[in-house]
Amino acid sequence: SSNETSTAAPYSGQFECETGNYHTFCPISCVSWLYQKIEDSFFLVIGTKTCGYFLQNALGVMIFAEPRYAMAELEESDISAQLNDYKELKRLCLQIKQDRNPSVIVWIGTCTTEIIKMDLEGMAPTLEAEIGIPIVVARANGLDYAFTQGEDTVLAAMAQKCPAREGRLKNINLPIARSAIRADETLKSARTSVEDQATKTVTSNSSNSINADPPISNKQLKELVLFGSLPTTIANQLQLELKRQGINVSGWLPSARYSDLPALGENVYVCGINPFLSRTATSLMRRRKCKLISAPFPIGPDGTRAWVEKICNVFGIVPTGLEEREKTIWTNLTESINFIKGKSVFFMGDNLLEISLARFLIRCGMVVYEIGIPYMDKRFQAGELALLEKTCIKMKVPFPRIVEKPDNYYQIQRIKELKPDLVITGMAHANPLEARGITTKWSVEFTFAQIHGFTNTKDLLELVSRPLRRNKNLENHDSL
Amino acid sequence: MKLAYWMYAGPAHIGTLRVASSFKNVHAIMHAPLGDDYFNVMRSMLERERDFTPVTASIVDRHVLARGSQEKVVENIQRKDKEESPDLILLTPTCTSSILQEDLQNFVNRASNESSSDVLLADVNHYRVNELQAADRTLEQIVRFYIEKAKKDESLTTIKTEKPSANIIGMFTLGFHNQHDCKELKRLLSDLGITVNEIIPEGGFVTQLKNLPKAWFNIVPYREVGLMTASYLEKEHNMPYTSITPMGIVDTSSFIREISSICHKVYEAGSLTNLPTLDVEVRDKMKDLKILNKKDVESFIDQQTTFVSQAAWFSRSIDCQNLTGKKTVVFGDATHAACMTKILVREMGINVVCAGTYCKHDADWFREQVSGFCDQVLITDDHSQIGDIISQIEPAAIFGTQMERHVGKRLDIPCGVISAPVHIQNFPLGFRPFLGYEGTNQISDLVYNSFGLGMEDHLLEIFNGHDNKEVITRSYSSENELQWNKEASAELSRVPGFVRAKVKRNTEKYARDQKTPIITLEVMYAAKEAVAA
Repeated sequence: SSNETSTAAPYSGQFECETGNYHTFCPISCVSWLYQKIEDSFFLVIGTKTCGYFLQNALGVMIFAEPRYAMAELEESDISAQLNDYKELKRLCLQIKQDRNPSVIVWIGTCTTEIIKMDLEGMAPTLEAEIGIPIVVARANGLDYAFTQGEDTVLAAMAQKCPAREGRLKNINLPIARSAIRADETLKSARTSVEDQATKTVTSNSSNSINADPPISNKQLKELVLFGSLPTTIANQLQLELKRQGINVSGWLPSARYSDLPALGENVYVCGINPFLSRTATSLMRRRKCKLISAPFPIGPDGTRAWVEKICNVFGIVPTGLEEREKTIWTNLTESINFIKGKSVFFMGDNLLEISLARFLIRCGMVVYEIGIPYMDKRFQAGELALLEKTCIKMKVPFPRIVEKPDNYYQIQRIKELKPDLVITGMAHANPLEARGITTKWSVEFTFAQIHGFTNTKDLLELVSRPLRRNKNLENHDSL
Repeated sequence: MKLAYWMYAGPAHIGTLRVASSFKNVHAIMHAPLGDDYFNVMRSMLERERDFTPVTASIVDRHVLARGSQEKVVENIQRKDKEESPDLILLTPTCTSSILQEDLQNFVNRASNESSSDVLLADVNHYRVNELQAADRTLEQIVRFYIEKAKKDESLTTIKTEKPSANIIGMFTLGFHNQHDCKELKRLLSDLGITVNEIIPEGGFVTQLKNLPKAWFNIVPYREVGLMTASYLEKEHNMPYTSITPMGIVDTSSFIREISSICHKVYEAGSLTNLPTLDVEVRDKMKDLKILNKKDVESFIDQQTTFVSQAAWFSRSIDCQNLTGKKTVVFGDATHAACMTKILVREMGINVVCAGTYCKHDADWFREQVSGFCDQVLITDDHSQIGDIISQIEPAAIFGTQMERHVGKRLDIPCGVISAPVHIQNFPLGFRPFLGYEGTNQISDLVYNSFGLGMEDHLLEIFNGHDNKEVITRSYSSENELQWNKEASAELSRVPGFVRAKVKRNTEKYARDQKTPIITLEVMYAAKEAVAA
């Protein structure tokens, strides 16, 4: 609908778009963390040797651990349509069923299946019925997406497989029972107005719901589902953070088991935990009629606080103790922060975490020269962009420019000119830059490390400051 | 379709890129979707390259899919030409461009009109050849192009060097111990009085390829890459070559004898092969060259075998005696697996039950090489088949690739890595050749250490293991009265093993300080935050 595109960017810094000649991982890499997250899944990547070799090399030792993923390697006869795709996929899926017996098979479509127009979405329902295992189809290909966006395509597809939550509040008792302890009192008074509230709430497929979630006065009458794949530990931490405010999380997309996917429907509020999940958000809003809470992402104590606050706000709760909590975290980290304060950073861009990380580092007192990013969804990242702007003003630093689809060659010229203290970049450029005296941090680590929530701030800072500390240590030994 | 988890040889374009980026001042442009440039990551990480890998992609995206690449490829070639003025730009097709069937040759023709660099389209078919075959082909293609170019502008050097000289063909980036092998080969040649003319592709300039025919002969140390180039040069320029891999004592000797006989032939046929002079004095002087003198060559071999290499003595020592008849399985590329099989059997008296290679395209050669040296030959690129055979045979040690190392780990069998595909640990900083006389020492160490460790483990098991085992598992916190609730215990079990004890201690310390008797998730996280300072 037309009003969706009209949202202005809540950031007055410069946006640019370059040639898109940059290095990043292929989005099929998402199988590496998703197969670990969804314990009863099997990921089948339908592609060529090129895809297989990438997974094998990018995932390193993981490949030896009998992973629950494999390639359906397309051969010349598949490309020239001498073989029947359906029969071939059926043969492989039956083999997977026999060997591993997963609860779900996720087909990852690749560039090749796009180009030869293999109708995966069409075949899946028939095959699913025939072999008795659900099949989720995600097109995580390099023609359309970069790196972490792979997860986005999988979750968007998985959102379709979530069970339906009844439109009205028939089932509301269930989640309440779980979290009833604190919410009990408010509940009684609020119950009467629930039905009204539900109808008044802005409809899910209008853009207004993103920025203008009306506060609801009652706790836990609405369900909250969080989306984004996190290690269980981190998910628990974030969940606990909300529980402190009296908010119960009724489910996660993805869940640790496919059979535990959360129920979705009109009364379900959803909130993302990672900046690259815009398709999933759209899918949840438009197709599952959920209501999206647009917040900054819980990366860094500032982001986490803003994230919790936003959710509280939507749930009509006045957050307690958040400010002190954030402050304590910052205070505890004074030493680390003093070490990086004033140093400059350049994000070459490859995993879409860049805006959140830049915002956090600016809050730590660093100066960000450039935020390269593969793809910038200004709507989905609206909350994050607004916080970035606010943080720049607060810290009295100029707005960094945001470069979408960067050109690595031009970026390296700029890096040579600017000589930043730290370049956050992919592994293709890290060693060559180090050899030229420029300190680097591999961006991929931010994807795999635990960086969400209050509790992990130290780990996050550790990642950023390690290369700088290493340099300092080496300097001390220069005389040797 | 084929269900695959692991592959020994990569896709074709990787081979092409390995050759292209081994040359100096050659840039490869891949016609590929975003994310296919992970070759740069491999090179930068595994080889710890200091320079940017000269490979970029002309990105195939949704628009290209709809309208074709149109000007994009040509513009990218021209842009690279201006930015870095390479000698050669190699347009590299990928699996994606194979299916798109765009006329890449046309792009190359158009781009080369406008650019000062030479522009070539790598002639490899993704669906027909693998990484190694593609590398072999690309190297030949580039050599042929520059030889023919030189012929046309009459800059080809056809006059042989005054002293015996050789080209080394097939050393390249991401090759298994190639850099060390190259150094060792150079040393061996210089000991024999042979100068090295050109080494390709590693570190060579394409502009120097016209000098290739100057050498008396070519050396192709590995079967996988370089044979096509060598046979092209033999056919077109009458250059003899040796494809004996100087790996192990016996084969190193045959290698030296063969190059000696090649040099002799070239010397005898001097007038035919454009030797610079028939001057009696020069020819007489040459007569004294070690390499042309059978007796000298034999005494060199003898000297090296006895004093430089320790491998011959190792075979006689009681250490090696203990290895007699031990069962092994060997698997790898054709070159390394064949050589290793022969070394184990011929030089160390070890029993190779099964020798195999994933180079299916070279199966006949492999069979011929190992026949008589092993009970069973295995030609496959399916790692699970090898895993099964290893678990059936239960060898005392495995010599294979990184994949076999992991099979060995699972089955508790030690493994020496002798072939690609490899990890970063197979790009050692120290000098570790597999070829030549120093190579024989390295191989002896590798073999002995693999078996030695196996023996040690076995003994430990018989004698009930290390006596410090108990200390590791003893609980430090058994006497405290703190209780972990169910969630917290579950959480603790998720903490990686090597830090779990520390997390447990810190949390309990925190709980004690806070006077909290029951440890919940909240306490755990609070403890983590508290120690953050």
